[in-house]
Amino acid sequence: MRLLRLTLHRLAVSVPVLLIILCGVFLVLQLAPGDAVDALLGQMGTADATLAEQLREQYGLSGNAASRLVVYLWRLVRLDLGFSVSYNQPVLDVILSRLPATLALVVSALALAFFAGAIVGVAAATKFGRWQDTLISLLGLVFYAAPSFWLGLMGILVFSVWLGWLPSGGLQDLSANYSGPRLVLDMARHLLMPTVTLATIYFAIYLRVIRASMLEVLSLDFVRTARAKGLRESAVIYRHVLRNALLPMITIIGLQAGAMLGGSVAIESVFSLPGLGRLAYEAVVQRDLNMLLGIVFMSSILVIVINFAVDLLYAQIDPRIEAGA
Amino acid sequence: MRTVRFFLTSPAGIIGLVLLVLVLAMAASAGTLYPNDPLSLAGRPLQAPFVNPRFVLGTDSSGRDVAAQMFHGARTSLLIGISATLVAIVVGVLVGSISGYYGGWVDVTLMRITEAFQTVPNFILLLVLVVIFGARMDLLAFMIGLVSWTAVARLTRAEFLTLRQREFVQACRVLGMGDLRIIFREILPNALPPVIVYASIVMAFSILLESALAFLGLSDPNVASWGKLIADGRRVLRTAWYVATMPGLAVLIAVLSVSLIGQGINDALNPRLRRD
Repeated sequence: MRLLRLTLHRLAVSVPVLLIILCGVFLVLQLAPGDAVDALLGQMGTADATLAEQLREQYGLSGNAASRLVVYLWRLVRLDLGFSVSYNQPVLDVILSRLPATLALVVSALALAFFAGAIVGVAAATKFGRWQDTLISLLGLVFYAAPSFWLGLMGILVFSVWLGWLPSGGLQDLSANYSGPRLVLDMARHLLMPTVTLATIYFAIYLRVIRASMLEVLSLDFVRTARAKGLRESAVIYRHVLRNALLPMITIIGLQAGAMLGGSVAIESVFSLPGLGRLAYEAVVQRDLNMLLGIVFMSSILVIVINFAVDLLYAQIDPRIEAGA
Repeated sequence: MRTVRFFLTSPAGIIGLVLLVLVLAMAASAGTLYPNDPLSLAGRPLQAPFVNPRFVLGTDSSGRDVAAQMFHGARTSLLIGISATLVAIVVGVLVGSISGYYGGWVDVTLMRITEAFQTVPNFILLLVLVVIFGARMDLLAFMIGLVSWTAVARLTRAEFLTLRQREFVQACRVLGMGDLRIIFREILPNALPPVIVYASIVMAFSILLESALAFLGLSDPNVASWGKLIADGRRVLRTAWYVATMPGLAVLIAVLSVSLIGQGINDALNPRLRRD
C-alpha cells in the first residue's frame, strides 16, 4: 500500500517534469537551423521542394508549432527518437548499444564514492578535531577541487605509462579474445581507473556530508542514553549513529546520479570507453542534434528512475517517511 | 566588519584567500607579462620547463608558450567562474524568491521547472546549449550559469518559506509595502547569507565545467584556457607529462581556493563557531 502511494506520488511529480524537459527539447529543435527532413534530404543528396513537402507531411513536421509538438511528444512516447544521420542508424539503437558501459561506470563509481565516503567520513567524525580529522578533511578538499578528467590522465601516466599495471583505455582487451569470467575480470580491470576517477569528487562530497551528519547525530540525546546504558563505543557508532546519519547520504545519491552521467562525458573520452558520455561528445562534434537530444531524453529518464529507486530505499530505511510528506 | 574579522580567524579562509590572490595576480599580470597572443607559435615545440629562460614553463606540442597559456588561462577561468556564478545567483535568487514568497501554483510551476533543470545532467545540457548557440566566451559564461542555478533557487526558496511567516514581513504588509519591495528590500537581505556561502560552490563548479569543456575542445577556440592546455598535454602524455600536469594543478588550486574561501565565510557566518 505504501509502495503504491509512493509510486503514485513520484509519478505525479515526474510526469510534469519530463513534459517540461521534452517541451524544452522541442524548443531547442525549433531554434536550431534545419529539421529532420533537411537532414534526411541532405543525406539523400537532393533538395527537391515537393519531396521535402511530402516528407514533412509524412513526419508531421508541417503545420503550426502546437501540432508539431503533439506529434513530437507522441513519437517520444513510442520511444521513436528519430534517425541519426552520422551513425546511419535509429538514435535509440545507438543509445541502447552505448548504455551498458555507462551504467557499469556510473553505478560502480556511485557505489565506490558512497561506501568509501561513508567509511572515511565516519573515521573523521570519530576523530573529530584531531589531526586525523584535519588530514581527512584536507584530502576531501583536494579531491573535490581536482578536475576528474585530469586525475584520469595522471592515473594513466602513473599506472599505465610508468608502472604498466593497468590498461590506459577501452572496455576490454580486444586482441586477447577473452570469454566468460576472464572477460568479466578483464573489463573490471579496464573499468577500475575510470571508476576511481569519476568517483573522486563524489567521494569528497559524501565524506563531507557523512562527517557533518555524524557530528550532528552524535550530539543528540539518544546517543547519550545509549552510552549511559553502557554500550560499547563501536555499537553506539555503528548501530545508533551511523544508521541515522546515513539518511542525508541516501538523499543526495538521487541528486548526484545526473551529475555523474554528465561527468562521464569527459571520463569516457579520457579512457576511450564506448559509453553514452562519449556518444554525447561525438554527437556534439558531428553536430548530430537528434542524437544529442535523444541522449538528453534517455539520461533524464535514467535520473528519474534512479530517484525513484532512492525513494524506495529511503522509505525502507526510514519508516517515518510517507509519500508526499 | 565582524564577519570579516571572523573570516580572518578561520585558517581555511586565510589559505583560500592567499591562493585566490595568487590566481588573481596571475590573471592580472597576464597582459603585461605576456602581451602577445598566448595561442601564437613562439618557439621549438616540447621544450622542458626550467631549461630555456625564454620559456620558463617550456612549450607545448605545437610550440606555444606554456607559461603564457597558464597566465591567460587564469584570466579565462576567473572570468568564467565569476560571471557564470553571477548569472546562476541572479536566476536562482529570482526563481527561488518568487517561488517561496508567492507559493501556490506559482511555486509548483517554478519548482517543476527547477526539477526539470536538475533532472537533465548539467554537463549534457551545457553540450546542447553549445551546439545551438556556439561557444563564444561571453555566451559560455551565461550558459554555464544557466545550468547551475537550481540549487541556489532551492536554497533561496527554503529561506523565503521560513522568513515570509516572520513578524517583520507581516509588519511590512500592514504598512502597505508592495510585494517587490518586501521581496527584494526586506526579505532578500536576510535570505542571502547561505546563498553567498553556496556561491563559492557554484563558482568552483563553473571553473571545473569550463575546464572540462575546454579539455574536450568545445569551448571558445580563440581563448587560452587551462583545460585546452591539458588536452594538448594529453597528446604528448607519454613523452612530455609536464605539459598536462601544470594546468591541471592550476585548476586544482583555483577551485581549492574558492572552496576554502566558501568554508571560511561559512565559519564566519556560523554563530555556533564564533568565540566571543
